[in-house]
Amino acid sequence: MTAKVIKQETTGMNGDEAIAFAVKQCDVDVVAAYPITPQTIIVEKFSEYVANGEVQTEFVCTESEHSAMTASLAASATGARVFTASASAGLALMHEMLFVTSGSRTPVVMAVANRALSSPLNIHGDQSDSMAERDSGWIQMYVENAQEAYDTTIQAFKIAEELDVSLPALVGLDGFTISHTLENVNTLSDDAVKAFVGERKYPMVTTHEGKQVPFKLDPANPMTMGPNVAPAFYFEFKRQQEEAMRNALIKIREINAEYAKISGRSYGNGLIDAHKLDDAEVAIVVVGSTAGTLKVIVDELRSEGVKAGLLRIRTFRPFPAEEIKNALKNVKVVAVMDKSMAPGAQTGTVFSEVRNALFDLKQRPLTTSIIFGLGGRDTAPRDLRKIYEDLMKAARVGQVDSLVRYLGLKE
Amino acid sequence: MTTQEWKFTAKDMAIKPDLFTSGHRACAGCAPAAVLRLVMKATRGPTIVTQATGCMEIVGSIYPYTSWNLPWLHTAFENAAANAAGIDAAIKIMQKKGKMSKEHIDIIALAGDGGTLDIGLQALSGAVERGHDFLFVLYDNEGYMNTGIQRSSSTPLGASTTTSPAGSVIPGKLETKKPITEIMLAHGMEYVATATPYYWKDLLTKVRKGLEVEGPAFLHVFAPCPRGWRSEPSKSMEYSKLAVESCIFPIWEAVNGIRQLSTPSKILQLAPQKKKPVKAYLEGQGRFRHLFLPKNSHVIDQIQSLTDARWAKLLKQCETATN
Repeated sequence: MTAKVIKQETTGMNGDEAIAFAVKQCDVDVVAAYPITPQTIIVEKFSEYVANGEVQTEFVCTESEHSAMTASLAASATGARVFTASASAGLALMHEMLFVTSGSRTPVVMAVANRALSSPLNIHGDQSDSMAERDSGWIQMYVENAQEAYDTTIQAFKIAEELDVSLPALVGLDGFTISHTLENVNTLSDDAVKAFVGERKYPMVTTHEGKQVPFKLDPANPMTMGPNVAPAFYFEFKRQQEEAMRNALIKIREINAEYAKISGRSYGNGLIDAHKLDDAEVAIVVVGSTAGTLKVIVDELRSEGVKAGLLRIRTFRPFPAEEIKNALKNVKVVAVMDKSMAPGAQTGTVFSEVRNALFDLKQRPLTTSIIFGLGGRDTAPRDLRKIYEDLMKAARVGQVDSLVRYLGLKE
Repeated sequence: MTTQEWKFTAKDMAIKPDLFTSGHRACAGCAPAAVLRLVMKATRGPTIVTQATGCMEIVGSIYPYTSWNLPWLHTAFENAAANAAGIDAAIKIMQKKGKMSKEHIDIIALAGDGGTLDIGLQALSGAVERGHDFLFVLYDNEGYMNTGIQRSSSTPLGASTTTSPAGSVIPGKLETKKPITEIMLAHGMEYVATATPYYWKDLLTKVRKGLEVEGPAFLHVFAPCPRGWRSEPSKSMEYSKLAVESCIFPIWEAVNGIRQLSTPSKILQLAPQKKKPVKAYLEGQGRFRHLFLPKNSHVIDQIQSLTDARWAKLLKQCETATN
């Protein structure tokens, strides 16, 4: 390691504040957003920065999330670095524009303070909102705590703006559990963040006259963005998005490593974060803050001689199927925990993707799907410990109790 | 806003290169396409155009071709004004930070009546309230023509569309046009105007005035659609004239809420005998054909009395303004 870890400041922040602070340091040009619980602290905190002249950012308080995403896209298309934030119903209202933003290849960064979807109305944390946007063409990264929310927001700008990526990126943080919980957060200096993220670059495109011009709205180089594309070309546009996602798999790893050099912090390989998985007989796969509690449980079980392990999926889109396959190939039984529900799909969303990744193994682990925490339902450490105990039992008898279980459900 | 009067001569306009160029795929007699071409003739320098989904968006941007000889952005149907907001915010801050040349850039948002009065109204109201610097041009062909001639809130009373068909019981659309310009005036906008492509100099002047405003401006342009109106393609300009002469679509402008009739409508105020009956305008348009059946004649009477009442109200509004 050649670069030196930079001296950092430790501040008490909740996840939302940590994100607002990261955005402030990333020299963002435009923030267009509409408030929704539990994301509100991000836009409120950022409004303070604007009001106190601490940022050089045009803050657009739009009249809806649909317009927030539209204005973000349009500002990004004009060449600006753009941030927005939302959750739940707000993200659902953006749905149409999420596809347009990724299809337009505009590298907008958005924080989503994950929250349940109506109906019935519920403001508490689960991941149904962004899981429902898994096919919208956005990079999706989920964090474990406020520190990672800060670090990942900074990384997200760099990842999204990589020229061979040029995709929007979403940073998911569990509503309330991370968004509203005060933690110690180590922050880098403004200069260090600025140097790390750098200025926004633009992909060069060739005009009909053969001229190379930056891909943005610019009166000096008139460009038609968002055209009407017939069957003869549409498919190719979509295939390019998949290619960009493949490139993102590489860039996320690289940027995770690069960030570790200046901050001393990394999150697994950037895609997945394994804990005591190497010789594990049983393992849980999870997305988000629950991984923090699970690590404690794993350590407890290990001290009791139980070979338990944990795999946190940090990057859900692009889905790191190869990495997950390799990480879990020697495990006997795997439980995949989904903090969202896909009614009618039989199992959780993350579960089906993980099981899909494991399918090609000659010797596959047994798998079970666990739906948990919907609408902010508390998940106690004893419930998590019980999952490992059940997995050990399944490992002994060679089969799992059920395909899907609803953890903590009153039945 | 300056009070300068621009001299848009036919010769100058013929010389000025088109920014919405030929080769687009609009139908014969399409007035919206003529409106777009005219609007672009009135631009004054670097300009970015953003457009809502609709006929005019489709016909000019069929990949890999384009009719737009300036930077152009389309994202969706309901959000032309939100596009303009994002572009405006980006330009402002990037010019301030020195990331972009300081030369002023005009922003024009284009939308049809669906993208303005209906699905696009929220984004428009929001962007105007926030004071973004852009000109919103509504080309009003009084229906969802792109999807096959369905009713909009801008479709006039009595018109037959595919979702308000003239049947044996119901004689076409039962509701009147949503008063979009009144809604925009209620936002306290510095510049709101109406125009038709027949009076092209008037249209160009209004576009330029709207661009001169430092903040949002709104222009409502009447734009006949031969396919949707079941009218002769050769008569689109004639209907653009008749709409004014019958006071179906009076043309005026309001600067800081002070409303004044534009000359073609002003003439009718001064010489009311020149005002044509609405029948003269309705005749020949297939969408109103059923109204000429004896059993539906009351609808024509209703259109006439509504038109007269609106005209009388407008004259008062202009009177109040000048006093």
